[in-house]
Amino acid sequence: MSRTEIKIGGLGGQGVILAGMILGRAAALYDDMDATLTQSFGPEARGGACSAQVVVNTERNLYPCVTRPDILVVMSQPAYERFVMEVKPGALVLYEESLVETHHLPEGCRAFGIPATRFAEELGRRMVLNIIMVGFLTALADVVSVEAARKAVVDSVPKGTEKLNLGAFEKGYEFGLDIKNRESSC
Amino acid sequence: MKADPMGVLVGAHFLDGDHACCEGALAAGCRMVFGYPITPSTEVVERIARRFPMVGGVFIQMEDEIASSIAIQGAAWGGKKVMTVTSGPGMSLMQEHIGFAAMTETPCVFVNVQRGGPSTGLPTLPGQADMMQARWGSHGDYEIIALSPNSPQECFDLTIVAFNMSERYRVPVMFMMDESVGHMTERVIIPESTEIDIEPRRLTRAQPSEDYELYAPEEDLVPQMPPVGAGYRFHVTGLTHDEKGYPVMNAWVQEKLVRRLVDKIRKNASEIAINQEFELEDAEVVIVAYGITSRVVQRTMFLAREKGLKVGVFRPVVVWPFPEDRIRELAGRAKAFVVPELNYGQVYYEVERLVAGRAPCRLVDHGGGALHDPADILKVVEEVLR
Amino acid sequence: MSQGEHRNPVESFLRMDRMPHIWCPGCGIGIVVNCFVRALLKSKIDVDSVSVVSGIGCTGRIAGYFKVDSFHTTHGRPIPFATGLKTARPDMNIVVLSGEGDLIAIGGNHFIHAARRNVDIKVICVNNFTYAMTGGQVGPTAPLHSIATTAPYGSHERPFNLPFLAESSGATYVARWTTYHVRQLTKAMVDVLNKPGFCFVEAIAPCPTIYQRRNRMGDGLEMMRFYREHSRIANGADTRSLDIEMGGEIVVGKFIDRDRPTYLEAMDEELSKRLGNRYVPYPTGVKR
Repeated sequence: MSRTEIKIGGLGGQGVILAGMILGRAAALYDDMDATLTQSFGPEARGGACSAQVVVNTERNLYPCVTRPDILVVMSQPAYERFVMEVKPGALVLYEESLVETHHLPEGCRAFGIPATRFAEELGRRMVLNIIMVGFLTALADVVSVEAARKAVVDSVPKGTEKLNLGAFEKGYEFGLDIKNRESSC
Repeated sequence: MKADPMGVLVGAHFLDGDHACCEGALAAGCRMVFGYPITPSTEVVERIARRFPMVGGVFIQMEDEIASSIAIQGAAWGGKKVMTVTSGPGMSLMQEHIGFAAMTETPCVFVNVQRGGPSTGLPTLPGQADMMQARWGSHGDYEIIALSPNSPQECFDLTIVAFNMSERYRVPVMFMMDESVGHMTERVIIPESTEIDIEPRRLTRAQPSEDYELYAPEEDLVPQMPPVGAGYRFHVTGLTHDEKGYPVMNAWVQEKLVRRLVDKIRKNASEIAINQEFELEDAEVVIVAYGITSRVVQRTMFLAREKGLKVGVFRPVVVWPFPEDRIRELAGRAKAFVVPELNYGQVYYEVERLVAGRAPCRLVDHGGGALHDPADILKVVEEVLR
Repeated sequence: MSQGEHRNPVESFLRMDRMPHIWCPGCGIGIVVNCFVRALLKSKIDVDSVSVVSGIGCTGRIAGYFKVDSFHTTHGRPIPFATGLKTARPDMNIVVLSGEGDLIAIGGNHFIHAARRNVDIKVICVNNFTYAMTGGQVGPTAPLHSIATTAPYGSHERPFNLPFLAESSGATYVARWTTYHVRQLTKAMVDVLNKPGFCFVEAIAPCPTIYQRRNRMGDGLEMMRFYREHSRIANGADTRSLDIEMGGEIVVGKFIDRDRPTYLEAMDEELSKRLGNRYVPYPTGVKR
């Protein structure tokens, strides 16, 4: 059984839930895996530190919750502080480097930053930050295929913004691939 | 009868349980919903409000849950398939009308996306503490049917079953979701309408006449329903009534009517039952769980089997009427029963009653607000095997 | 009971197999029943298209005596039940007949919201100023200082003025008559059977056994005399001026008759405007 637990954290309004939705949709609808998305509800989802949890499984996902993330994606410092202690030993931590400072990283974790805010600004829309993070994750974690992720991005974003969002996805994806290639050549 | 293709959103979707429940209702032929928003059920009516105008349906957001729970019944007698959607506090307000639906034999579906209680409790977090309320919440004696889904796919599939059962038995059906299932997003496959069976209304074959009997039961104890406005000139009342539908205040008519209302569910219990069983063949410990907890315990079972412990899972999908006979059978061969639920003991006492001392029963209670840790349930399994 | 050629024309609209009815001698509810049947006859509408919905109380029993499809619902909830029935069957004429305790106290919230939405139902409220079925507790229209079992020293609550409440909530037709004014009451019922929207008729009725006895107001006949002497017809009167005081004047008349789109008409218009050809209209009977 191969079960991967992913937690995405950030501020309400950063598109945390949409990022989780894209990952889940990619796995469940295009990669033929089982995926369960759960999310934090209530006031925190409207401004405070909020999170989306995705469990991706090659078999039927029984237990639906994320307890010890294999992958943590963070887009805000409060989300980092709150969630980093939960991760599994050896977890992959992906963060937006201008928004998150990765102090007290648990031992054995692999952490990679991306200047996603700058990329988003270069693309002309700050709000595509979350999509850049999805691309980044797709490159660095073997959870969903890049084809599936692209299809899920198109499915999930508002009509008329597909091109912009795919561009954002590619930006994050390429940045992630560079890191991956560098890592493997080390 | 097959589903009306207009309401069936064929395909593979990534939906949460609330949205899937809405699609299930649409596929079941529901075109009239009265409701009042309440977390964590609101997404169901939000989607209904969006979808209904595209399928010829009407959704009205009423002034409260009391109004919603009786407006659906007006619409049901008007010939529509109806439901209302709520959570704990709203369910408490609806109780009188669940009794009215039971008494007047009005087909309708009540969706309860359970949250932690009592009172306002935990609006955004799960609980399973309304199970006994679903069964006994209205005053007087009656029987209902309650289903408990554990995934968005089941929120779709079983909502259709809930509608079908409400039509088949002319009874309010409680659809007992919880916040976890309602807000969990997973793949939901919606089949072609030709693959969805729909129970039509049991319309009367009698002609309008002076002697028309509104509540003359058929062999299965369920009466047929007349169309309104067609000359039957029938009378519906929440008072104790005879077969003509007229109020009669005496013990004999009460016995005849209420006995039938109870028996039409109890005597058809085996036909209503839906259960799932996992690895019960050699099980020494039977974990009984329903709703979201029935998924959590499968993890427990997996962990237990890895340790060589003979553990199986029995899951009532239809929780009410409770699968009494099957629990009695299992009690004859299992060494112990473990019942985890997100409350301080509700369905557990049913299991204990049916096991009747033949094996130890252990409740794994939980106040709600989160799901059980599968390992905590495993600990109890290990204890009972010791 | 009269038979053959002497048969009372109202009988064919009543469930004669349920007679005698439960109401006391001198009670005004029977007069309301009679007026309503005569209104059905006069309006010439298809009786099978009429359904009567009532709640709980003396007037709540009214549904059980009309030979139409009738629904005796729960306490305070005939209006939302009727809302559901009307929405499911827009072609039918749905009449809510119930008492003031049922419609205005426990059911008050439904009353104002159905009027606000302009649900196309006809609400006829028998106002006898008390909870008579349960022995005479204080009600939402009980005049100041009137005696009730739960106001044994006199009511000190301000009562509702029903026509004002109905008008300000949005009703399209508002009238008040007493059971002395049988012709006008019948006419008001004919009016509302033909009028779209949320229509409201208050029928002030005597309750000799409970309300009048406790308040030393005489029997049914005396109350009819009182209505004759103390009622003033003022069609079109400002509904703010219609408060009722113990032993005081009762202003009656047709106060409001206006047009507003019904709930289903408004829904249909909004949705067809917003959704265009994506809209699958619900068959509301609305002319499009």
